[in-house]
Amino acid sequence: MGKRIGLEVSLAVSEAVKMARVDAVAAYPITPQTHIVEELSQMVADGDLDADFIMVESEHSAMSACCGTSAVGARTFTATAAQGLALMHEILFIASGLRLPIVMAIANRALSAPISIWGDHSDVMAERDTGWIQFFAETGQEAFDLTIQAFKIAEDKRVLTPAAVNLDGFTLSHVIEPFDMPDQEEVDAFLPTFEPQVILDPDNPVTMGPVGFPEIYTEIKKQQNEALLGAHEVILEVWEEFEKAFGRAYRPVESYRTDGAEVLISIAGSTAGTARVAVDNMREAGKKVGLIRTRLWRPYPFEETRAAVKGAKAVAVIDRCLSFGGPGGPICSELRSALYPLPEKPVVNSYIAGLGGRDITLQDFYTVVEDTYRVLEEGPTDEYKMIGVRE
Amino acid sequence: MGNMTEIRWHGRGGQGAVASAEMLALAAIGEGKSAQAFPSFGPERRGAPVMAFTRVGDEFIHIRTGVTEPDVVVVLDPSVMGAVDVTSGLKENGIVIANTSKTREELADQFDIDHPLYVVNATRIALDVIGRPITNTTMMGALVKVTGLVELSSVEDQISERFPRVAEKNIEALRLAFEETRAREEK
Repeated sequence: MGKRIGLEVSLAVSEAVKMARVDAVAAYPITPQTHIVEELSQMVADGDLDADFIMVESEHSAMSACCGTSAVGARTFTATAAQGLALMHEILFIASGLRLPIVMAIANRALSAPISIWGDHSDVMAERDTGWIQFFAETGQEAFDLTIQAFKIAEDKRVLTPAAVNLDGFTLSHVIEPFDMPDQEEVDAFLPTFEPQVILDPDNPVTMGPVGFPEIYTEIKKQQNEALLGAHEVILEVWEEFEKAFGRAYRPVESYRTDGAEVLISIAGSTAGTARVAVDNMREAGKKVGLIRTRLWRPYPFEETRAAVKGAKAVAVIDRCLSFGGPGGPICSELRSALYPLPEKPVVNSYIAGLGGRDITLQDFYTVVEDTYRVLEEGPTDEYKMIGVRE
Repeated sequence: MGNMTEIRWHGRGGQGAVASAEMLALAAIGEGKSAQAFPSFGPERRGAPVMAFTRVGDEFIHIRTGVTEPDVVVVLDPSVMGAVDVTSGLKENGIVIANTSKTREELADQFDIDHPLYVVNATRIALDVIGRPITNTTMMGALVKVTGLVELSSVEDQISERFPRVAEKNIEALRLAFEETRAREEK
């Protein structure tokens, strides 16, 4: 049996990586992700983690090194945030295109300029289409669990696709909170060793990533996308197995007090915790409000999203990222697309909040719900609204 | 949602306000309660006024906003009170626990504090016992006495784990501050 302990969330992620028995870590420090790789570096230096820690001069090199270690069959982890993730951009496509099951933690942070070290989801949303499996954690426990699950999912031979675990920078990464820590034996029983299908081996040379001529490129991309879409089923399987082993249930879309709800708040990440409290308070005041939380972001859970909003009059989607000049928030766009084919669908409102570390307060949730009720009565007036802006 | 207490720690960079916030959370979690601890997020400078936060509750704490309306304010450094308004946002029934060489009345007058105020000369205790004016462990003794949020022994365990080489003296300072501080019900 495991034990209940208090721990900083970043360090819990490092612990998950250690318990996953990774073979290689290549990473470059960047706030607010630094504690994760600092701790891993310490574990390797202390001999507590039998892995190669590769010092690199940039995140571009970090992800390149990860591609190398994963290609030779090593279980590989890295972590980054914001500009660091942006610097990895081109290599993220190579990792997914080469079908390398690298696992990465992203301590979500706003993108410069102006320089902001604080949290929002702009960094990962800019990498939305890189072909990675992407999860959002609400709690530290979830960041820990998802990290372990991510290896099992990514390395499944039906998937072989890299996976990213998003945890909000500072508001989650730097918080000490309670964890149920499993024993190493329990993790070992859940997560077998990585058995790669094809590896780079000087004795049995293969070529990875040659030129994809027009005759073959489309087919390779179709295969890659099918693997990512197919990951959905594997994710559900792994989560079922995880629940049996550890007692914690995971679903692509989490619903909270949605029974009989007229208005649903939709959000991803740690702020969903505050949204729960807001929903409780609004329910107590007699408002029929519920919450749906995006945990699985890629592959996008279309069916689960459609099921989650069933019966609601409106969905208020709050994004911590602005699509400049576009339709509002990226999660809202996806949700709208998922609902578009439905003959009867709720009104969907897009709200932008929590940029660059701005708190999303209880009042912000009340404001969003109030505005959504107004739209239900008066009809839509804006493509999207920014919440909590100082006038 | 069950009972939850929100604590804001005021100190200066390097005095251990963050360590206090963390040790209190870990002590509470060790007792089977739930807790969160976090620093004020951003660049840190030694000597500048800093804040740290702890939430302690019976059930898992879901809220993820900053602590803007604390129940308890703990002041580690007397000079901070001239630099920042430590009672900012303090709940109506909130309390202040301050390190000061002044009496309760003098301090309340000087900074216009209407909330219940508890004082302890933590700097003197720390200098006498530890030999350095580091008041974070000392002020935890005062906090435990006033609020009873956790057992003193749970904090002692945290100090032993975190500062093994200087644990004995820090625990002595913690206990002295606990004894010298008035409990909440003692008027």
